[in-house]
Amino acid sequence: MISFIETLKSGKVLVSDGAWGTMLQERGLQPGECPELWNFTHRSSVFAVAKGYVDAGAGMILTNSFGGSPIKLAHYDLQGRAAELNEAAAAISREAAGDSRFVLGSIGPTGEMLMMGQVSEEAVSDGFRLQASALKKGGVDAIIIETMSAIDEATIAIRAAKDATGLEVICTFTFDRTVQGEYRTMMGVTPAEMVKAVKDAGASVIGANCGNGFDQMIDVVKEIRKADSTTPVLVHANAGLPIVEDGKLIYTETPEIVAVKARKLAESGANIIGGCCGTTPAHIRALVKELKTA
Amino acid sequence: MENLVARIGECVERGKVNKSSPYPRDMQGQEGTDELTRRALDAGVGPDEILQACSDGMKRIGDRFSRNEVFVPELLMSAKAMNAVMAHLKPFFQTGSVKAKGKFVIGTVAGDLHDIGKNLVAMVVEGNGWEVIDLGVDAKPAKFIDAVKQNPGCTVGLSALLTTTMVNMSRTIGEIKEQFPGTKVIVGGAPLTQKAADQMGADGYAPNPQGVVAFLNGGVQK
Repeated sequence: MISFIETLKSGKVLVSDGAWGTMLQERGLQPGECPELWNFTHRSSVFAVAKGYVDAGAGMILTNSFGGSPIKLAHYDLQGRAAELNEAAAAISREAAGDSRFVLGSIGPTGEMLMMGQVSEEAVSDGFRLQASALKKGGVDAIIIETMSAIDEATIAIRAAKDATGLEVICTFTFDRTVQGEYRTMMGVTPAEMVKAVKDAGASVIGANCGNGFDQMIDVVKEIRKADSTTPVLVHANAGLPIVEDGKLIYTETPEIVAVKARKLAESGANIIGGCCGTTPAHIRALVKELKTA
Repeated sequence: MENLVARIGECVERGKVNKSSPYPRDMQGQEGTDELTRRALDAGVGPDEILQACSDGMKRIGDRFSRNEVFVPELLMSAKAMNAVMAHLKPFFQTGSVKAKGKFVIGTVAGDLHDIGKNLVAMVVEGNGWEVIDLGVDAKPAKFIDAVKQNPGCTVGLSALLTTTMVNMSRTIGEIKEQFPGTKVIVGGAPLTQKAADQMGADGYAPNPQGVVAFLNGGVQK
C-alpha cells in the first residue's frame, strides 16, 4: 500500500470519516462519560462507528482518542490508563479499516491554556508523546492533531508526535468568523499564522476542523490556500450548528447539502474532506459519491 | 488621585497585573493593578471609585473582544489584572461598604468539562460589579436548583462547549423554570445560537462575555 502522503500527491480528493462523538452518543454514550474508556467497555460500539465510515466508502478513518491525552483523561481519573486506551483506539480503527484504508490517530487539545500557567510545556509535551506512541503501537498510519486554537500547544504536540513516532503529522485548527468577516481561532490565530507555525513545527498536512458548517470552511480553505499553495489541506466540517428539538439535537446540514458544498471545498483546494460534529455515515457516503468525479 | 484611578482602569483594559509581569510588552517595568490599587486605597480613594474604574476597563476590553479586535489571551490577562484589584477590594465587600449589583450563578452544564468560556464570562461579570457564584464544570440540574434556592433573585448562566451537552442545557433550563419560573436564564458557548437558545426556553443568549453583562445590566437588576 502506498503511503498516506504519496496518495495525496496523486491529486485525488481523499474522503475522510465523519463525527465520532455524536455517533457514540447515539449508541448510548452519556454526556459526562469518558469516550476513550469505551474502547474497553464498549469496544463493539466503537468498532461499529469506525466500520460505519469504512462501509460508507471513506478512504481514511480516525480513532476514538481525541481526548486521550493524560491531562484530559485526568478529568476522569484515567490518566494512568492513557497508553492502553489510545492503543486500543488505534487497534479498533485498524481492524475496521483493514489494510486498504488509512488510519489516523486522533489527538485533541488538553483543554488547558499554557499562557495561563495551568500546565507546564513539559507536561503537555510528555502527554502528547505518550499518546502518539500508543497510537502508533495500535497501528495508525499517521497522527492527526485536531481542533487546535493556540500556536504554542499545537506546535508542542506536532513536535512531540513526530519525535516520538516518526510518522507523518497532520494538524488542524478551528476557526471562527469574526464580525469583520475574517477567520481567527479563539486565541486570535489567523489561517496564515497557523500555516506558518505548524509547517515550521513539522506538520506535512494542514487544515481546519469543526467550526460553523461547510460554507465557512470553504472560506477558510481559500485563506489557507492564499498562504500556502502546495501543502495538502484536510478539512473536517460540522453539519452546521445544531438546535435542540424535543430534547434531541438536530443538525441543519443534510448529506445532500453537504455533498454539494464538498465539491466547492475541493475546488477551493481541499485535498482531504470529511465531517466533524453532526456528520454521519450518510454524509460520508454522499461525499464519496459526489467527489468520485471531482 | 484621578490619575491613579484612571491608570487602574487602563491597566485592567491592557491586562497589566503587576510590576514584574512581562505582559503587555510595552508596559514592562511599570506598575500594574496590584500596586496601583494598593496605593489608591492608601491615598484614601474610595473602593467604589476603584471598582467603577475597574468595570469601565473591563467594559472597554469586553467591547473590543465583542468586536473581535482582541481574543481570549487578551481578555484573560485583563481578567487577571481585574482579579488583582478585587483581591484588594475584598474586605470592603465583606464588610458591606461596597455592594454588588446582584448575584449571578454560572456553571458548565452536566456532561461538559470545558471551562474556558465559562471562566471568561464569570471574570468579566465579576469585574462589572456582580457577585458570581461559580458552580464549576459538569454541573447537574440539581446543583443549579440548589444555588438558585440559596441565592434568591439571582440570574443563571449556563455554558456548553460540546454540541452533545446542549440537550442537558435544555433540560437544566426546564428544571429551573419549573421550580423558579421568575428566574432568568442566559446561555452561551460555541455551539449555541440565538435560535437554539430560544428553542430551549432561555431568556437570553450571549455570543461573548460583554453580551452577558449587557443582559444583566439591562433587565434583571435587583
